[in-house]
Amino acid sequence: MIKGKVFKYGDNVDTDVIIPARYLNVSDRNELAAHCMEDIDGEFVSKVNEGDLIVAGKNFGCGSSREHAPIAIKYSGIKCVIAENYARIFCRNAINIGLPILECAEAVKSIENGDRVEVDLNSGMITNITKGSTYKAESFPEFMQDIIKAGGLINYVKGKVEGQ
Amino acid sequence: MGMTMTQKILAAHAGLDKVYPGQMIKAKVDLVLGNDITAPVAIDEFRGIGTQKVFDKSKIALVPDHFTPNKDIKSAEQCRMVREFAREMDIENYFEIGQMGIEHALIPEKGLAVPGDVIIGADSHTCTYGALGAFSTGIGSTDMAVGMATGEAWFKVPEAIKFVLTGKMGDWVCGKDVILHIIGMIGVDGALYQSMEYCGDGVANLSMDDRFTITNMAIEAGAKNGIFPVDEKTLKYVSEHSKKLPVVYTADNDAEYSRVIEIDLSEIRPTVAFPHLPENTRTVDDVGEVTIDQVVIGSCTNGRLEDLRMAAKVLKGRKVNPRVRTIVFPATQKIYLQAMKEGLLEVFIEAGAVVSTPTCGPCLGGHMGILAKGERAVATTNRNFVGRMGHPESEVYLSSPAVAAASAITGKISSPEEVVV
Repeated sequence: MIKGKVFKYGDNVDTDVIIPARYLNVSDRNELAAHCMEDIDGEFVSKVNEGDLIVAGKNFGCGSSREHAPIAIKYSGIKCVIAENYARIFCRNAINIGLPILECAEAVKSIENGDRVEVDLNSGMITNITKGSTYKAESFPEFMQDIIKAGGLINYVKGKVEGQ
Repeated sequence: MGMTMTQKILAAHAGLDKVYPGQMIKAKVDLVLGNDITAPVAIDEFRGIGTQKVFDKSKIALVPDHFTPNKDIKSAEQCRMVREFAREMDIENYFEIGQMGIEHALIPEKGLAVPGDVIIGADSHTCTYGALGAFSTGIGSTDMAVGMATGEAWFKVPEAIKFVLTGKMGDWVCGKDVILHIIGMIGVDGALYQSMEYCGDGVANLSMDDRFTITNMAIEAGAKNGIFPVDEKTLKYVSEHSKKLPVVYTADNDAEYSRVIEIDLSEIRPTVAFPHLPENTRTVDDVGEVTIDQVVIGSCTNGRLEDLRMAAKVLKGRKVNPRVRTIVFPATQKIYLQAMKEGLLEVFIEAGAVVSTPTCGPCLGGHMGILAKGERAVATTNRNFVGRMGHPESEVYLSSPAVAAASAITGKISSPEEVVV
């Protein structure tokens, strides 16, 4: 169960604001996390706590293929992203590295910045504790769920490569 | 129900007779690509898989093009990691400084992408090779790692939007204006998870460079890929650049599309995307007074020979405005050399522009042309997000090389028609 405070953003949050390219000369996860959301929300890094969530509108993560974007989010302490929908490369990157992401337009509409939200990843149930409302997220295709369950694509593939 | 061009290529690479939109498939890949930003993460992940060898050392391309020539110690370390991996794995297509170019201009030029291929690249503009009738798409570093280890990738088979192109572009209009026009029409998520498949009589009127620009920016409409049918121009390009055998796929007549959009190329005007999204387009007739501090001509979108020729046609015999820093960066060494032979570099230098080595540098705010707070640039690049070229309070306006060159002369966003009379 994930429970935390929400950082709410709008539509088309791009990978350049999630992690600006000027910080891509390193691939250290914690260094990337230290600049997460810097160009859209300068206070994010100082305010985020382990277990918090990001909620955003449509096309979250549009732009570059940099896996550094979901990595920065994951290692900033964010445990789950809820959006109306995702840009496709961000979507597959998040799944591949084991950052839980959910799609739920209704929840996005109701949840406001600072709300406390609880998420059950197994059932896809999203509870807005602050407002006392619940929502059900779209479920991913089985194949993608298998990758998520394995903890990411590397673990998923590892078993298969070793088996050969 | 028939299949689209993309669906046919994916089916063939998944060993299936037929695929349908939404289906999850595992497909064999013909090329796995990475650069100096994405490959280091992929190499770490590759080590985590536990395999000792890449699936095929001839089907991986590593191009250190983003922060190169190395802009600082940290990027030098990243490049060293990529270089050492390439040596260890005996990667055939590693391109060092001197051979290197901007990856999406370099890969077709080196003959590594041909019709019918499935190509994945840890760079979002990998969709460029759809111009050659290949399925190519951007993926992340973990996908790249798994691609290097297994030669396979997972895909959700996309639906497609069909773009029927007719007519011929007017003077000073090029592929960039076509794709900006399209993104302005359908939005930055207008083709989310879908293919953008081009067809119609108008295709024959587009050069290969125009087509590369159009498919390059499919990602800016949220698309999985953009793809052109294979015609005589494609086959000529491939025969001049590659020894690989092209496999030509055509869409079925009864293929289904989520949407059909008709575009008369003759009606498209030079187009500019205003900050901070590529969908904020206006024709050059409606830009108003926008003064600028910098012009950038180049990138994987518009750093090819025709782009440089178009810019030179505007700049020839003229001077750039002294308030406008004008940076031209040819996309590859071959393009650079040809531009030199044709006298284009001389035109740029005489006009007061600088000519850079091939690099992605300024496009993503890496190096070689970063904007200060409040500064504005007209760029032939592909993104104008907040902070894309530097300070979060700077602005990027996307345009064709002709508009960028004209703007460099006047010091404000301008049509080439105003400058070349």
